[in-house]
Amino acid sequence: MKIKKNIATSENGFIFNPSTGDSFSSNPIGAEILLFMKSGKTSLEIKEIILENYEVEPAQLERDWEDWLLQLKDANLLDL
Amino acid sequence: MKLRYERPYLKKMNVGVMNKFGSRSDFQPVKFIDGVSVKSLTDKYGSPVFVLSERQIRKNYQSAVRSFNTRYPKVQFAWSYKTNYINAVCNVFHQEGSWAEVVSGFEYHKAIGNGVAGNHIIFNGPEKKEADLKLAIENDSLIHIDHFEELYKLIDICEALNKKPRVAIRVNMDTGIYPLWDRFGFNYENGQAWNAILKIVGLGKMQLVGLHCHIGTFMLSTSAYAIATSKLCDLAMKCKNQLQNPIEYLDLGGGFPSTNTLKGSYLPGVDTVPPIDDFAEAITTTILGYGFQQNELPMLILETGRALIDDAGYLLGSVIANKQLSDGRRATILNFGVNLLFTSFWYDHHISPAQDFTHYTEETILYGPMCMNIDVIRESINLPLLSPGDLVVVHKVGAYNMTQWMQFISTRPAVVLIDETGQTHEIRQAETLKYMEIPESVPVHLQHKK
Repeated sequence: MKIKKNIATSENGFIFNPSTGDSFSSNPIGAEILLFMKSGKTSLEIKEIILENYEVEPAQLERDWEDWLLQLKDANLLDL
Repeated sequence: MKLRYERPYLKKMNVGVMNKFGSRSDFQPVKFIDGVSVKSLTDKYGSPVFVLSERQIRKNYQSAVRSFNTRYPKVQFAWSYKTNYINAVCNVFHQEGSWAEVVSGFEYHKAIGNGVAGNHIIFNGPEKKEADLKLAIENDSLIHIDHFEELYKLIDICEALNKKPRVAIRVNMDTGIYPLWDRFGFNYENGQAWNAILKIVGLGKMQLVGLHCHIGTFMLSTSAYAIATSKLCDLAMKCKNQLQNPIEYLDLGGGFPSTNTLKGSYLPGVDTVPPIDDFAEAITTTILGYGFQQNELPMLILETGRALIDDAGYLLGSVIANKQLSDGRRATILNFGVNLLFTSFWYDHHISPAQDFTHYTEETILYGPMCMNIDVIRESINLPLLSPGDLVVVHKVGAYNMTQWMQFISTRPAVVLIDETGQTHEIRQAETLKYMEIPESVPVHLQHKK
């Protein structure tokens, strides 16, 4: 799953889609994941980094990851 | 050390007209109830669990009594059993000096079991069985007659027992509010109430000692109580002057609101609900100004339920799952539903998380665990990013939920009382399958062959 190339993101969680004019905000972990996604890291790599740095069980992260992708898809931010 | 995790979350930023009333996000955690941690309560008694604060119940009662006592010389409260008839709860009110107000034989027997003196039980309601009426007469309870059938039935019982019970009639009336509760009692405007009074006094089989009304529930208008009081005073005055039958008490019933927020309200209940002082002022000013002699002022009885216990009750529960609906809305499934929280049909209950979160919130729908579509606790609420297993606290659930709850799909949870010293007491155990099946029996030909 890749983020659309033209999406602008900031470290503090502000997201802007220039083709639709929509803007979004995310929580810090969401902003961090978006930056990883933009830099081209794979889902597996990102999840490994999160598991290493955060207090979360793999099963919980897996469920939340699915939910996160659904949010990005709904927001029309994914390059499908 | 690893960082604290929160599930990733994205929120679209909308530019639109601001709500001039503003809204509060419910992300302030409530970790303790009367000094007892929410987590320790669910660890010990399970989740979900109802929790009641004895301190708050007593505080509410004393404050309500003070509102009336400081304005009127003869005031008596009677605890409305149907609001919450768990025995420990009833006994808190009885210890404070409250009589019992019951509306069925079942509740009548509960009051007797709680040690309430027979002459301190007010027996209301449209259905009073013959055996219950006989018992109430023997115990010198105050019987509030609801309809002519009951009046005639009582006359027969009085003749058979050769007793003269103390009775009142329930009066319904137009107080300028909608709906008019004219299904209970005798109507004032069409003369039915006066006819009933004439019959009781004329036959001389019973002592007409009181007049009762109960004009509605969750009443937000204090002026309606002034009108109701005035109409009861009018009947009382006529009883004295025309029938030489002075009335000993006026029972204004209940109906005072709690500070819950009714569905559809713009503002939260705490900002819109009149304080009990305002109701007390409307009622007592009317009686005092009606022209009774000081030594003939009737006793004022109040059957307040909801306003005395709603904010002393909490429902603690847990998050089962999060979902995204087909239209993108967020949904959270909790381990309690409308089966336990009947009042969620009327109120937008205030719900708080019970653990720390960041300031990020999302709008979500709260569903219960029932396998049915109407099981919705809140259609829309802003909450922090809850995860499965997180605890939530539902506020102001003390009234009606522990009597109107349904044993549907699953069993009902424990009810815990936190006493004034912070000790917890399980005042009703969680139901079990074995308990639920006690009244059942299976015919031999349908029994499972082992």
